[in-house]
Order: sequence, then structure tokens, then C-alpha cells
Amino acid sequence: MDIQAIRADFPILNQQVNGHPLVYLDNAATSQKPKAVIDTLVDYYNNYNSNVHRGVHTLGTVATNRYEEAREKIRHFIHAKSTKEIIYTRGTTDSLNMIAYSYGRARLGQGDEIVISPMEHHANLIPWQQVAQATGATLKYFPMQPDGTLDLDDVQKTITDRTKIVSCTHVSNVLGTVNPVKAIAKIAHDKGAIMVVDGAQSTPHQPIDVQDLDCDFFAFSSHKMIGPTGIGVLYGKEALLEAMEPMETGGEMIDEVGLFHATWADLPWKLEAGTPHIAGAIGLGAAIDYLSAIGMEAIHEQEKKLSDAAYKMLSEIKGVTVYGPAARAGLVSFNIDGIHPHDVSTALDMEGIAVRAGHHCAQPLMKQLACESTVRASFYFYNSMEEIEYLANGIKHAKEFFGHVF
Amino acid sequence: MSFNNLDQLYRSVIMDHYKSPRNHGTLDDPESVTVSMNNPSCGDKIHVSLKIEDGKIAAVKYEGSGCAISQSSASMMTEAIKGLSVEQAHELIYDFSELVQGREHEDDLDLGDAEALQGVAQYPARIKCATLPWKALEKGLREAIEEQKEKP
Repeated sequence: MDIQAIRADFPILNQQVNGHPLVYLDNAATSQKPKAVIDTLVDYYNNYNSNVHRGVHTLGTVATNRYEEAREKIRHFIHAKSTKEIIYTRGTTDSLNMIAYSYGRARLGQGDEIVISPMEHHANLIPWQQVAQATGATLKYFPMQPDGTLDLDDVQKTITDRTKIVSCTHVSNVLGTVNPVKAIAKIAHDKGAIMVVDGAQSTPHQPIDVQDLDCDFFAFSSHKMIGPTGIGVLYGKEALLEAMEPMETGGEMIDEVGLFHATWADLPWKLEAGTPHIAGAIGLGAAIDYLSAIGMEAIHEQEKKLSDAAYKMLSEIKGVTVYGPAARAGLVSFNIDGIHPHDVSTALDMEGIAVRAGHHCAQPLMKQLACESTVRASFYFYNSMEEIEYLANGIKHAKEFFGHVF
Repeated sequence: MSFNNLDQLYRSVIMDHYKSPRNHGTLDDPESVTVSMNNPSCGDKIHVSLKIEDGKIAAVKYEGSGCAISQSSASMMTEAIKGLSVEQAHELIYDFSELVQGREHEDDLDLGDAEALQGVAQYPARIKCATLPWKALEKGLREAIEEQKEKP
């Protein structure tokens, strides 16, 4: 992979921050955008901005075609059976809330169980807390191994005949753990439960095949995969989506409307009320084109190299604790003894290195790791090995500075 | 390696308060009130206990967990406000908030060591760290006054 050529496609990467070249290692929060995606947004607003599925005029037709072409690109990208199974949402949070609200609240009751993992992002945690409170269902957690992985025997024991929904993140945004969601889906199905997968941290970084995973719902966001913010996807098996009542109603999603009753449009539009983020959807299509041209396998390989190197380099620095398993996706969460993550982050920022410090929207997991927060460096295919070395040196400098003033 | 930029933020007096916190702990006086505040974006926590007597802050302590900026700010705050009237404390809270946002502030009020936090103005992402304990104090003062009003 020619990293320098790829980096040239991302205008934002070519800048100085605090007198140093920008080293952007906050990709798990959001990724940067290549010129091809930015140009797609500009092209839409400059040349064919129109509402979709409404007018019969020429621009409206162009916009509608591009909007629906993007849906087909997404379908192909995650290997869904049909574009009816690809619902545009505002992002992963919106997708998961839609499942919790339209599927969970409608079908769960007293005695039913929802099972999630202890490493969920708040987006795949709070909606289920809400469903449990509203329906009287019980929220349960898989136990977690000390290295931050799930054990399939534990999974088997936790899911019971009463379990109706299992929801689990594909890749942990804090630990980088890659969860065996295909195996968990099999166990869930054997007990008659449905399987929801939070794919926010996996879809940008590895090939996804929802039919192979055999999950019932799969959620992800555009902005973490070099696409625009404000757009994401809910994948669902057609029969399940068909049976779901819309969470939002209004324009775009109707078939016929009378004074007191209305009927819904077909899938996928039934679940897409109101004027959608048209530019965003088309931009996500452009992002998928870009990623596919490089190849998701190649992207995954590149990130694995970066992640392995970072894990090794950081683990070797005295006083640095790295969280999570050795086999991990492209991110490293760590702490330096005696220095708060915020202070580490400020020190790194002074060298142009952007990392995330905090609880990463996973407060229950932080409690389990017995820390309040961590520093997280997260990688993408446009990061270079030099940047990982730069990070390791930045950490050494921070240690030196705070060691000196303490 | 030059640490000039970091030195501007993490002055030695700040690191001294972080390392050796003043007025650390909780007041167990039944007349005192304790309030907690956290920064939901990073998880920093501050608990401030204070006791008002004759309209003045007679005692104040803090506990918490978080970065060098939030914890040292709390320590310096407890030193600066002890003995002040409630009204003076409110003025100082406002003054401190202006200081760390890089705005004009009254020079006749004495922020003590907390003046050293003015470098935070150059780090907008860290202003909330510095102001967290002061916001907790503001809440504590209100609660203490409410409680006194409710007493017969």
C-alpha cells in the first residue's frame, strides 16, 4: 500500500498543528475524508441539489438516482441480500435506538431478557436500559475475561430460553477486542433470540458480510469510514424490518394518507421519514467506492501492522499500561502511571498528535478496568509506521515532562 | 526536547498543588454541606464540602479524581476562598472564570495561587477542567444558603 499517495488524497492531513505535522490518531472517534468524498458533497450542492422521491423534474431524478445508487453500493459492501434491507439513519446511535424502540419495545415484556456485553458503547447500552425499564424485561451482561475478551462458554450460559435480544459490539471502541459475533449469533438463534451487531468500529476496517455473520440487525456510521457525518445505516433482515412499525412518521414514508389513517410505503422507505441526508448518503457511496478501490482486506492488513507495532512499542515503555487483548483491531488504549489521560493528551497535542482521552462513552467498562479514563490512539489505513514511532516518542516526552515537574 | 509550551500550562505552583493537595478531604461537621460535580465528557469528579458561619466560609475541603488541572484548581480554590463572605466568593468564582477564558478580570480580587491557571486560556479544551471545582463551589454555596434558610 502506497501510504504517501493515499495521504495525498486527504487534504486535512497535510497541515501543522502546534508547530508539528499533524499526526491524527483519533480515527475511532471520527475518520478524515478524502477529496473524492468532499468533492461529491460539493458536486451535489453545486449541481443537482433536489429532494428525492418527490418531483418529476430533472434534478430531482438525478438526486434520487444517486441516492438510491449509494444504497446499492452499501448493500454490496456489507453483502446484504436486498436494498430493502438497507435503511438510511443518522448514524449507529440512531440505528440502535430504532431497533430498541421499534423492535424491542414492541415485542418484549416481563420475564424476557436482553443480553449485551460489558464493553458496549453507551449507544448500545442506554437504549437497552430504556427498553428494559419500559417493558419490564431484564437486562443481562456477558461476563468478560480479564484480558477484555468474551468466552463462548460464558456466552452459552448467559443466553437462556428467556433471552429475546442479544446485542453486542463487533469491535470494542476502547479495548480493540474483536468479538466472535458470528458464533454468538448462532448461540442466540439456537435459543430463539435475535442478534444485533454494533458494527461502528468494524465496518470501516474489515470486510463485512452480514449474511455470513447471520446477524438479524447490523448498525454502522458513515463518518468513521471516511464518509460524511450525520448519515449511517441500519441493516435488518427483510422479514424483521417488514414487521417493524416505524419509529418516526411523516413525509416520505407513506403510501396513502387519509384524515384519520395512513398506510406505509414499502421497505426501505417505510423507515425513512422526512427529507433524508441526501448529500450524506451519496457521500457515503463515494466513501465506499474509495475504500473498495483499495480493498478492505488490504486496509485490514495495514491497520494490523500499525496496531501490532503500537501495542509492542507502547507495552515496552516503562510505566505504560496497555488495556485489552494482544490480538486486537486498530487501536490502543493505555495509561501512563501517575499522569492523568487528559494531561497526557495535552502533552501529545503540543507535538501535533491527536488522540482521545476520556471514558470513550463506555463508563461501565471503565469501572471494570478499574480506571476512570484512558488515552486511546486509533489508527486508519492512512496512518504510517513513522506516526506510530512519533506517538511512542511523544509518550516518552510526556513521561519525561511530568516526571520532571512532579 | 523543549517543553516550553507545556511549561506555560503546567506551572510549578500548579504541579505543587496537584502533588500536595491542600484542604483535601471531607468536612464531617453536621453543619456543613457537600456537593459533587463531574465532567461527563472526561469523568473528572469533584466533591466540595463547606461550612458557612455568619455569612462567611468558615471551612472548606475537597476530594476528587481527575487531571492535574482540575485537581490543582480545586486545591488552590480552597485556599483562595476560605474566610470570604458568600458574596465575595461569588465574585471570585466569576473572576476566575473570566481569567481562565482569557478575558479582562478585576485585579483587586485575590485569586492567590489560582492566578497560575491563566495559561489555561490558551487551551480551550481544558477550560472546563479548571472551572469544574469552582462550579461545584457555586452549587455548594447555593445549597448551604438554602439549608440555612430552611432552618427555624
